[in-house]
Amino acid sequence: MTLDDILASLFPDGHDVKNSGGVLSGSGALRSGGRALVIGVADRTALGVDEAIRLSNYVLASVESGNAPILVLADSDSQRMSKRDELLGLNEFLAHLAKSLIYADMHGRPAIGLLYGHSAAGALLATALATRVLVGLPSADPAVMDLPSMARVTKLSIEVLQEKAKSTPVFAPGLRNLAQTGAVHLTWDEATPLAEQLDTLLANMPDARDRRDALGLERGGRPKAYAIAERVRELALQAL
Amino acid sequence: MSASHTQRTTSSVELDRTASWYESSARTRVRLLLDPGSVVEFIGPEKREVSPHLKLFDLPEQFDDGIVVGLGRLDGSPVFVAAQEGNFMGGAFGEVHGAKLTGLLRAARDIGSVPVLILFDTGGVRLQEANAGELAIAEIMRAVIEARTAGVKVIGLIGGRAGCYGGGGLIAGCCSALAVSEQGRISVSGPEVIETNRGVEEFDSRDRALVWRTMGGKHRRLLGGAEVFVDDTVQDFREAALELLSSIRAFGIDTLKAEQSRLEDRLQRFGACPDAVDIWTAEGIPDAVSIPALPADQFIALADKVRRSSRDAR
Amino acid sequence: MEDLNFRHATRQRAAGTRKLAVIGVVASGNLEVLAERVLPDSECLVEIRTAAAGFGEVWDAVIADFVKGYSPGGLRFSINDGGARPDTVSLRLAQAARLMEEDDQ
Repeated sequence: MTLDDILASLFPDGHDVKNSGGVLSGSGALRSGGRALVIGVADRTALGVDEAIRLSNYVLASVESGNAPILVLADSDSQRMSKRDELLGLNEFLAHLAKSLIYADMHGRPAIGLLYGHSAAGALLATALATRVLVGLPSADPAVMDLPSMARVTKLSIEVLQEKAKSTPVFAPGLRNLAQTGAVHLTWDEATPLAEQLDTLLANMPDARDRRDALGLERGGRPKAYAIAERVRELALQAL
Repeated sequence: MSASHTQRTTSSVELDRTASWYESSARTRVRLLLDPGSVVEFIGPEKREVSPHLKLFDLPEQFDDGIVVGLGRLDGSPVFVAAQEGNFMGGAFGEVHGAKLTGLLRAARDIGSVPVLILFDTGGVRLQEANAGELAIAEIMRAVIEARTAGVKVIGLIGGRAGCYGGGGLIAGCCSALAVSEQGRISVSGPEVIETNRGVEEFDSRDRALVWRTMGGKHRRLLGGAEVFVDDTVQDFREAALELLSSIRAFGIDTLKAEQSRLEDRLQRFGACPDAVDIWTAEGIPDAVSIPALPADQFIALADKVRRSSRDAR
Repeated sequence: MEDLNFRHATRQRAAGTRKLAVIGVVASGNLEVLAERVLPDSECLVEIRTAAAGFGEVWDAVIADFVKGYSPGGLRFSINDGGARPDTVSLRLAQAARLMEEDDQ
């Protein structure tokens, strides 16, 4: 699905989402009433300081106006890898965007990520992974790290990595692998109007607690994260 | 315990705290940073909770998966502490490593009053368990914000071998405040990553001076990316942690709005600067080229003069 | 990775009361040693996981030397090795044994 198809299918009653240099902003009419804030990164654009500051601005402006959900669409590159971005403190800009989304989510504007294309590394952390529920479209191809880069660092051939990836979802790219680790909550069906699936999700929106580690355990993608985090939490509460 | 023994112990601790932060292991940093004998570790190495994924790559495990988490005291007051070991797999976030920090932050959130010190030393996501590591970082970022919203102060201390790269840089950006030494590089993409993806003309990773002045602690302090610059000793980091704990304000929408303005202002003022030296010059530092060679005490005096820190806007 | 185990009878119990010590880091050319006071006083066990396969005889000699020098009765040493040289192994084992000689905190 193209971005236009996705927006039309999400908001049959209309939307005013603009794509300006790969940065998405606007809103869409929800069938259940109200308008969702829509932000995101399109056209496989790299997320640098200039893009991130615009996105966080939209999010913060929305926090004190209403309680409609925030939709974060993602078809991005990785973070922009440049001297200028790092010189200006890219880590702060990306963290600020994530903080704004998480804060909004915790304060009445539930954040939903929609991964419909590529995304990677720091861009993924600052957008799709800073939401309460992350939805994938079947065509999405996220990659925390691409296999050629992995091959370079691990000094293993791509063929060997592909072979290893058959036995575990823990390192290789792809929507299914991310879903198994608990990062992607659900995958929507492109043949059904997205508005219907969004309605269903909004009607059954989980509370703001982060349960991705439990999901990763349930789906067999992260065998230890949930138990370790919970044990440390309990030990820490007891130690005090 | 006799009085003379106590005195001897105190002065030996003071001596130990002159140790280099950069050269120390995660365990040594924790032991020396906090009050002597005060640290209780959670899921320590004897529990052997190793990474379940390194086997697949025929790589050696470490019993604590490269991170120490626990409870200790700082000048008598309880603090949670997490310390990454930068020498084990570059301090990278794997599934177990990350989950320990997540659990610690969630406990801090539940309690609401005990601060958390994160001793960063990391290259980012551990490639062999990239998906689990990336997600662990996302969970930690969320847990930091939840803890801060509950009133917890989360302080990052950065000055290790591996620096604070990748997702580690994003977590650092979520903290209430940061103390950094010259060696404490903070950045998302590492020098080699930029060079590999964009070419040596964009960034020459072997030009160490370029790396330090673009990502190093001095630049981060002058830019407002870190609140405090410290010399490379455990004692200096201890004093910085105490100072920051006493000065952090509550976290809320005003904090985020102030940060939005702070970062917009930065882009406007320095967005066209090609190099750190140009930024420092634009900041009004007369002899900006001399900054990298400036001893720590002189640099701290200069930084305090030219730039207020950003502790109400993070 | 290769697993190696060496069990030795010891002349005497390791001094001190400390239950646990850990020293070193798993990195190229380095290793971590975890020492635990969990065995009968007349025994010592060294369990090794090493990234450098095929050095069983070298380990055998290094550990026999260590047991002779320190008589660490009652201690189990668990080692994760990133391919350290024998002198580094000896140093870490000695450091771990000395830490165990301290009194429990």
